[in-house]
Formats: sequence, C-alpha cells, structure tokens
Amino acid sequence: MDAYLISVLTFIGIWIILAMSLNLLVGYAGQVSIGHAAFFGIGAYTVAVATVNLGLGFPLDILLAALVSGALGGVLGLPALRVRHDFLVLATIGINFIVVAVFQYTPALGGAYGIVGIPPVTIGGIEFLGLYMLLLVYAFVLAILALKALLLRTWFGVRLIAVREDEDAAAAIGISVASTKIWAFVLSCAGAGIAGALYARQLGSVFPENFGFVESVTVLTMVVLGGAGTLVGPIIGAIILGGLPEYLRFIQDWRYVIYGLMLTFLMIFERDGLMGPESRLRAWLGRGWRTLAADRGSGKP
Amino acid sequence: MIGRRAPEEPSGHITNAHSASETVGPTLANIVVTGCLYTLIAIGLTMVYGMLRVLHIVHAGVFAVGAAVGLLIFTTAPVGFWPSLLGAMLAAGVMGVAIYYVGYRWVLDAPRGTPLLVSIGLFITVQSLLEKEFLIGPHVEGFDAATGLPAFTLGGFAFTPIQTAIVVSTAVVCAAVWLLLNRSRLGLSWRALSEDMNMARSLGVPTERAVAINMFLGSAMAGLAGVLVAVYENAVSAHMGEVVAYKAFVVVVLGGLGSIWGAAVAAFILAAFEIGISTTFGGLFPRDAIGFAVLILILLFMPTGLFGKRLD
Repeated sequence: MDAYLISVLTFIGIWIILAMSLNLLVGYAGQVSIGHAAFFGIGAYTVAVATVNLGLGFPLDILLAALVSGALGGVLGLPALRVRHDFLVLATIGINFIVVAVFQYTPALGGAYGIVGIPPVTIGGIEFLGLYMLLLVYAFVLAILALKALLLRTWFGVRLIAVREDEDAAAAIGISVASTKIWAFVLSCAGAGIAGALYARQLGSVFPENFGFVESVTVLTMVVLGGAGTLVGPIIGAIILGGLPEYLRFIQDWRYVIYGLMLTFLMIFERDGLMGPESRLRAWLGRGWRTLAADRGSGKP
Repeated sequence: MIGRRAPEEPSGHITNAHSASETVGPTLANIVVTGCLYTLIAIGLTMVYGMLRVLHIVHAGVFAVGAAVGLLIFTTAPVGFWPSLLGAMLAAGVMGVAIYYVGYRWVLDAPRGTPLLVSIGLFITVQSLLEKEFLIGPHVEGFDAATGLPAFTLGGFAFTPIQTAIVVSTAVVCAAVWLLLNRSRLGLSWRALSEDMNMARSLGVPTERAVAINMFLGSAMAGLAGVLVAVYENAVSAHMGEVVAYKAFVVVVLGGLGSIWGAAVAAFILAAFEIGISTTFGGLFPRDAIGFAVLILILLFMPTGLFGKRLD
C-alpha cells in the first residue's frame, strides 16, 4: 500500500474511535456535546507531555491519556447535572473554548506553537510507523467497538438508554441519573483521550487549533450522519467524512461548508442518520442489515 | 479563537479597540460603548429566543455578514456610511428571515437540541463561506468610514464620532423595540406567541408573519452591530462573529432568557466586568476564556439569570 493511503486510513481509524466515543454520550446517554474535540486535545496533549517531557512509553502514555481525559471529562461533565438539552450544548461549547485557551496560554504546553517532536510508538525496538501504526490504530478500533458492544449489554447500558429516553421516568424507577450521566462523560471522554493519544503519536505534534469548535462540530456531524445510537453509524460517518475530503479536492476546499450544511439538513430531514432505526437507507438495505446493526434502544434488559 | 488563527491577531474583541489611553474617562466611555454593542447583539438574540425558544448561534454569522455587506457597499458604491449601514441591515434582516424559513421552521416541534444543531450547522456554513476568497477571505480587511457625526464630551467622558454613532443607534433601537413591544399590535402578537405559540395561532394571531418580522428585525440589529463594530475596530473578518456571539449568549443568559431589559442591563455588567479585569490585570488572562467560564457558572448556579422567570 502506498504511504498516503496508509496515512489516510490511519486517520480514519482515529476518527472512528473519536466518533464512537462521542456516540456513547450523544447516541446512548442522550447528552449532546459540542466540546468533544477538547477531550481529544487533552488526550493528545497528555501524550505529548508524557513522551516529550516525561519520557513515558507505550502503552503507559495512552493509559495516562485515557485517565486524564476521562477524569477531566467527569469533572467538566458536571454541568450536565444542572442543565439539560440546548443549554448543556452551550456549556460544552464554552468548555471547548476554555480548554483551547488553556492550550494557547500555558507556556508549559508550548502556547500557540504547540508541542512538536513526539516520537512514534516503539515496542521491542520496532518503531510503529506506517503500516504498523495503521494496524495498532485498528486494533484499538476493534477493542473499543467490542468494549462498547459489551457495555451496552450490561445494566449500565440500559441505564444510559433510560436516561436518554426520559430522565424523570428513569429517576422514578430508581436509576441514579447523576451517576449515569457522569459515567457516560467519563467513559466517552476517556475514549476521546485514546483517540487523541493515537493522533499525537501519528502526527508527531500537537497544536491548539487542532482541537477547536469546528473539530467538535465535525465529530458530531460524523455521529449524526452515520446515525447516533447505533454501533455502525459513527464508523460509517467517520469513514465518509474522514475519507472523502482526502480524495476529492472539491470537498477538501469546501469541507466545512459541506459539514455545516450536512448537519443542518440531517437535523431537518433525517434526524436518525444513515443507519438510524428509521432511516431510509436502512429500510432500503433491508432486514439483514437491520439485525446486524440493530441496537438502538431495543430495550433489552 | 475557534482555531484557524494565531492568538496574536485581532480576535473579535469589541473591547480592546481604543482602550490604550489610561485615564478614567476613556475607560468609562469604553464601558458604555462596549455595553451598547453587546446590547445591540443580545437584543436580537433574546428576541429570537423569546419567540422560538431557539438558541440562535447563527446570529454570529448574520453579524459578520452584516459587516461584510456594509463594507462591500461602502467600497463599491459612492454612498457613504449611513446608506451602507442601511443596506447591511436590510441584507442581515433578509438573511434572518431566510434562516427561519430554511432552518428553524421545520424543527420547532423537534427535541430541544435539534434547532440548536441546525443553527450551529448554518453558522459553520456561513462562516466558512465568508472565509472564501471571493467573499472576505481568510484575512482581516479594514473598514475606515466617517460617520459625519460630531465627537462630544459628556460629563467628562469623551466620545469619538463612531462611539457617538454606537450610543445613538443603541438608544434609538432600544426605544423602537420598547415602542414595538408595548404600543403596537405586532408587539402584542409577539408577546402572545412567546407565551404560547399554539394557543396564539388558534386565536388568530398571524404566526408566520409575526415570526418573520421578528427574525427580520432581530437580524437587522445584528447587521447594524456588525457594521458598527467593524468601523469601530476598523476590521472585518470572517471570524469576527464567533467570540462576540458567544459573549452575547453570556449576556442573554445572565439577563434572563427572553428578557430584553435584562439583556441590556447584563450587557453593561459584562462590559464593565471585562474592561475592569483587563485594565486591572493587563493581558494576563485570556479574556474570552473568562467570559465562557462566567457563562458556565451562570448556567450552573443562576440558571434563571438576573431577571428571568424560568429556564425550562
């Protein structure tokens, strides 16, 4: 495979992890966030500091990134306990701005110049570049997909969906809405941290502007396009939005115009996304797909 | 602020334009002017929220489009400042109506997050379009227009001509909004619609028309503010809206959602707070981050704002 294709596929894998992690929050717990790029960035910066300044190696650095992002996600998810719906979205936008400002104004994080010279993952003397990194990223994709599928079959998965469908009813039958929401934030942000960690390792550098509002909107568009609350939806969204701009110059130049329009019109015409339970594509693909991808709120206890 | 730009460049601050001189007078004038600009932007936002219950993020896009149209008219046609301003307001108003018919109209019954995501999508679209070379482009353009108004001094505060224009426009807009809301049939129908849209409709209030006029006027105010900010800062850029609009949300939430007078009071509080901090501590703090932190704190601990009745 040529190096460019490998690089594109690697980044798509990272987007898939990021979109899957956001889907846990948006699709299953029903907490819409436009601050997910902040936690992606926190993971990336954690790895940058861990490798460049502390000399940590794989897999400790990624573990640390997941822990830091998850912990901060739990703390910054606290507004979700007080505000709902559109005001939560507003708060998450604010969190994203604040985190980017911290990246920009903290000298230890390189300020506007970011952190460069992050070494590639090295295991047993082998540097994970190109194909090796690609395989490593997709190993993470599969592991996280499996974990997510398992998680949704546990009691916690049921709690998530109950909170999404009706907070008050969930509370009335004895589900702790607060702890469910906070754990959704912790797990989702930890996933974003892992994606950020792989991103920093792959790119070799991190800059504040890679983790802003526009990136958060992009990830959310991936989830919504594919179908929030489905296992395959975010994967499909990440492949389409991550892959197309690399090969179609027109889309590359107009990507944010297209992402914006896509988000708007998906919200108006196809709120369930391509793979959602009510989507036209899914109806057209037929029953086989429906059983393969079915899981949205099926209510299985 | 949102990324594509190094932090050294002008970043959509209204407040940093002429604050270099360090006497008390200019700072107070600065607070007044900044408060006026925040008021202008926030009134449009709170009008839209009051009626449609939509967090109208794309207001920021309308604001930037207003500035761009104003500059376009000013540089291509020999008409001077005031007609350019009018043209910009007209364009912004039409854009607001278009936003309603293309976007919000279809999702008013959807779950609460949906109209907001529609709005964010439109905002990203508008901003990315403005960034294209055939519109504003990725750089900052100057907007050096003479208003023809006099500079004046009031109680020791010196106002430059553009500051005069800002204060006068805000006063006129506030008076007009008050008259419209309280002394006209249209204002009555707005108040009815914001109480209960379905009930008002079934009692014969012409909903579509009232909402369209609401969007037109609210957006025209964003266009007005856009041109005034652009001339005040002598800068037009594709990203000029993003920080300002987010601060307008601080103002709107602090003032109590849907409360126009709350928004005006909150605008001056925020302006005083920001300018106070930035003149006391200099450039130590990333000022925008403070504004966002304030918003989150308000949402957490004072979700009804200063004058709001409820946050449902």
